[in-house]
Amino acid sequence: MSTLDGSLSMLKNPAIIKFILQGVLFTLIISAAAVLFSIAIGTVLALMRNYSTSKKTGILKAISVTYIEVFRNTPLLFWIFICVVFCPTPGFVDRPMFGLSSVNNKLLFKATVALILYTSGVIAEIVRGGLNSVAHGQIEAGRSQGFSMLQIMWYIVLPQTFKAIVPTLLSQVITTIKDSSFLANVAVIELMARTKQILSAANRYNGLNSINVSDVFVLFGVAAAIYFVINFSISMIVRTIQKRKLTVKVKKSPFPEEKKQTGWAYNG
Amino acid sequence: MSGFFSPRAWNKIWIYRGTFLLGLGNTLKTAVFALLIALILGILFGLMATSNKKILKSISRVYVEVIQNTPVLLQMCFLYYALAFSGHSPGIIVTGCLALGIYTGAYMAEVIRAGIESVPKGQFEAAQSQGFGYAGQMFYIVIPQSIKVILPPMTNVIVNMIKNTSCLYIVGGADLLSLTYSFVTGENTGGSYAPAYIVCGVIFFIICFPLSSFASMWETSLKKREQKVFQNSTAKEA
Repeated sequence: MSTLDGSLSMLKNPAIIKFILQGVLFTLIISAAAVLFSIAIGTVLALMRNYSTSKKTGILKAISVTYIEVFRNTPLLFWIFICVVFCPTPGFVDRPMFGLSSVNNKLLFKATVALILYTSGVIAEIVRGGLNSVAHGQIEAGRSQGFSMLQIMWYIVLPQTFKAIVPTLLSQVITTIKDSSFLANVAVIELMARTKQILSAANRYNGLNSINVSDVFVLFGVAAAIYFVINFSISMIVRTIQKRKLTVKVKKSPFPEEKKQTGWAYNG
Repeated sequence: MSGFFSPRAWNKIWIYRGTFLLGLGNTLKTAVFALLIALILGILFGLMATSNKKILKSISRVYVEVIQNTPVLLQMCFLYYALAFSGHSPGIIVTGCLALGIYTGAYMAEVIRAGIESVPKGQFEAAQSQGFGYAGQMFYIVIPQSIKVILPPMTNVIVNMIKNTSCLYIVGGADLLSLTYSFVTGENTGGSYAPAYIVCGVIFFIICFPLSSFASMWETSLKKREQKVFQNSTAKEA
């Protein structure tokens, strides 16, 4: 059992713990930024796709449909590789920040842009599902009251849309947190990448001068546990919201057995 | 985007087309075997989740939650390094098939569970009263009804699995995307970034787009049908 003891002794090293926790923080920041920007972009895309009916706005619809379909049907890693090469970086990331060098910051920025681009395609489809759930009569009612299209969207349609899609959006947050691990492929400093880094240097920290299977189990076990705790708590929230919705719906719907929508809105 | 229109770069792609075909082959191979594993696991755990035994239900629950709440990349790394450091490395593609199969299996299990649960409980009881066994129930009554509910989300799961074959990159990579990456960064072949990525992206798109649009079309038509049923039933009530 001495190899296991060596592996476990790594977890008592405050430097390693700090390193991992910083990784968790980066994972959370990256995911939060990705989700927030994606919701903004995705909403615009969904509105473009759903309400561009006239000939003049047809081009907007074409743009949005192309964007959504292209990003939904190609891998995230593909966009990360592309952004690492082609994405321009603004000046403010080109300096040491958050304890990272300017090179790492640029990489972080580029990879996050890729994650935003990819996630916004998925979120656009989620928002569109919500838009479709708002009865069309409400738009007409808004028009009859003299609202402009922008006002109808802002005051009538979007509030209901977002209320309807909260559970699906939260599931997407889980997916985004998982997807942020793809950034490890280009050595961005988040949880997954840091775990791999520690593993490759484990021989220096476990006091055995060699990397053993137990190191793999301990390090990836810790990382998996962290991901699990974060994601499982979000999915518990999703379930609570859905249960509450279901109890309200049950009286109206002839389908009381309507279940959690993971299957339908799956996008992980 | 330099080299986007350069015939030299495109020519290089044509010379090295074998690389892309090899990558495509590996991606498809991984996807097919992973799909087989995922289907087996999905059916197994999906049936367990809908059984009456509490212990089977909770085993299936644990599998689904643990796998769905951790990244596939981490699972793949874990599997690869655990096998490599214990001295029996089975190779990149086998590892990829196993990890992707296990990951996708969790989603399959959820899809299949939801499909089986979409069949009203009374039908199981009716079937039992008619003397159907468990296999008979599933085969003659549940599967024919739930298959139309299962197929669209299952197709989405498959599309995501095909996209996730790119995870192989982290364990050494032999799939389409990894080979594209090593092509554009390689010493002799490097440089033609834009054309190479366009080829790679187009291949992924051609595989995934028909599948995902099939799934969403089917889903919309199902929803419309459901709405009709809803309207009819409310009309009757009124």
